Amino acid sequence: MPARWTILAPAAAGAAAFVIPDNRTRRGLLVGTAVAHLALTLYAFRAPSRAIFEGALLLDDPGRLFLLATSVLFIAAAFYSAGYLKREASGTRPDMVEGRLFSNSPEARFTGCLLLFLAAMSFVCLAQNLGLLWVGVEATTLASAPLVYFHRHHRSLEATWKYLLLCSVGIALALFGTYMLALSGGGEVSLGLPALMAAGPTLNPVLLKAAFVFLLVGYGTKMGLAPMHTWLPDVYSESPSVVALLSTSLLNVSFLAILRVRQVLCAAGQAQFGNDLLVFLGLTSMGWAAIFLLRQTDYKRLLAYSSVEHMGILAFGAGIGGAGMFGALLHLFAHGVAKGAMFLLAGNVLAAYMTKNVSGVRGLVRALPYSGPLWVAGVLALVGMPPFGAFVSELTILRSALAGGRYTLAGIFLLLLSVAFIGITTACLRMAQGNRAAAAAATPAEAAATAKPMREHWSAVLPPLALLACALLLGLFHPARLAEVMVSAARITGGF
Amino acid sequence: MLSLVELILVGLVLTNLVLLGTSRIGLCIRMVAFQGVGLALLPLLGLEALSPEPLVISGATALLKGWIFPLLLFRSLESAHVRAEVEPYVGYSNSLLFGVAALAVSVWLGGRVPVPGPGVPSLLTPVAFFTILVGLFVIVTRRKAVSQVVGYLVLENGIFAFGAVALRKAQLLVEMGILLDVFVAVFVMGIAIFRINREFDHIDADRLASLKE
Repeated sequence: MPARWTILAPAAAGAAAFVIPDNRTRRGLLVGTAVAHLALTLYAFRAPSRAIFEGALLLDDPGRLFLLATSVLFIAAAFYSAGYLKREASGTRPDMVEGRLFSNSPEARFTGCLLLFLAAMSFVCLAQNLGLLWVGVEATTLASAPLVYFHRHHRSLEATWKYLLLCSVGIALALFGTYMLALSGGGEVSLGLPALMAAGPTLNPVLLKAAFVFLLVGYGTKMGLAPMHTWLPDVYSESPSVVALLSTSLLNVSFLAILRVRQVLCAAGQAQFGNDLLVFLGLTSMGWAAIFLLRQTDYKRLLAYSSVEHMGILAFGAGIGGAGMFGALLHLFAHGVAKGAMFLLAGNVLAAYMTKNVSGVRGLVRALPYSGPLWVAGVLALVGMPPFGAFVSELTILRSALAGGRYTLAGIFLLLLSVAFIGITTACLRMAQGNRAAAAAATPAEAAATAKPMREHWSAVLPPLALLACALLLGLFHPARLAEVMVSAARITGGF
Repeated sequence: MLSLVELILVGLVLTNLVLLGTSRIGLCIRMVAFQGVGLALLPLLGLEALSPEPLVISGATALLKGWIFPLLLFRSLESAHVRAEVEPYVGYSNSLLFGVAALAVSVWLGGRVPVPGPGVPSLLTPVAFFTILVGLFVIVTRRKAVSQVVGYLVLENGIFAFGAVALRKAQLLVEMGILLDVFVAVFVMGIAIFRINREFDHIDADRLASLKE
């Protein structure tokens, strides 16, 4: 019962948000829905799963896991955006990059789309039919496109257009792959996941492989795997931090879509083909991201490329299989919460310094008494330093690769991880250190004025703090039920 | 003698070639609408017994692809006050040459993919491949945002043709969901075009080029 409400509640609240005229009520609705969604998700986490719509929707263990990841990120986003929307100036104002005037989209539309976005992501988590899965993934694109265009200036418009077109085309190819999968069953098998898996060995292997390639390219575009990731840095750098945070869970659910397709592939005995492709795309993404991380001057784009890198890690882990799959699922959580916190903190930094340039930000630790230290902790969590969760997950994936005797792959993996480590830490730690005054002010008087720590609102600090606490927790201790679901999900999606 | 399904597929190929060769955006939009109406017939053909589900799917497809999408596109074209020319990066004759090459590749590729099931014409896979390739080509080589949406619709039509024939056990829920998504996609793209026009005073997507490494 609660499973279906994780879709219906945000959908209803989203529709309501479009028509509620009062800002305070609407923000309350956003936060309330987020809390209710998390409560429902936690309840469904323990409750046995029940089929909805003749089994077209069902919350199985992988679904539980991804739904929880989505819900945790959304609640942080909801609390942060309640404060963010209050702080955002209304009316037209000059843009901080070029000084041209712009205004915001109506807040009602922003909030409504946020909630619809959550509903679409929950839908993907529950979908047990590859057709409906496609519908859900495409719906996430459509619900999030208006969010990217919240600040109405030409750069965000460009990002929105790129996002819409690239992702729609990518997902259209995934639809082609979906149809091809149906055709591989002779046109007589429905697109239901159980039916396809039952028909596994009888599926036509040539069509099945072709279908997987199309589906991997299609959903890989959404997931941000290189070389289909080109929309991602633009969207991340031009949209509000809240949206960037939610995009992280968007990447996650696209990963779920790929895993669902791989379930069919495994059932058909073609797992090796899919795994090789996943490993290849994973390493390509990590390598591509590593190059762009080293020479990045914009910290929001830096975080975006770091997402490409981490999606590569997920694909690599899934492709290695075995304990690697478990590592990938753990990494999904660990990266999600760390990246989410970093995006929110990047939003705080942007609000304080009014620049997205790494070189324009100095002395974060002193200037922002809460966000600054959190930023440093977030960087450590993101690059996989112990004791944070990403350390454990990356180590698990690495050990799994070594245990499988794939030494070359493990070596490349380790090398790319360290390149990314250097790229992220040099830029981000430089931002944290030093003196703000020296960088920003021309005269000593100005320097004295800017040297003082700034005040920060609780809604800007607590959500990233909570997310980083989760990242720490994932490294130290896994609640029994979570570990149980993760093992089961790894078994289901890994096919062994 | 060609069956009706094959006739529609041949029509798809011909309209694709027109799309590649024409300079008028209006004609492109009409061609896509024409394709849509033809495709809407596909779910109805080859049925043993008349059931309501294919009728609903067919009706919704005709309504959306044949009427609402062209309407939306013409609206955004009018609101943008643009010259009704395609303005491609690649010239029309070269585009047609691409079309011929793509057709050859599609026939070769389609021949290698087995088409199981009785009643599925062997023409289906090559035509679907060809339409998808043309759609991608139009998206990549046309300068205007409206033309790019036209390309997206052509791509979608190719996939739809494939699905309508391949997916006999279509579930209404799935099909309607897909149609709804495509509808919202075109709608959102229409709004985006309107905004691009307001922001830049034209709808050339190539001006959208400030974000790059």
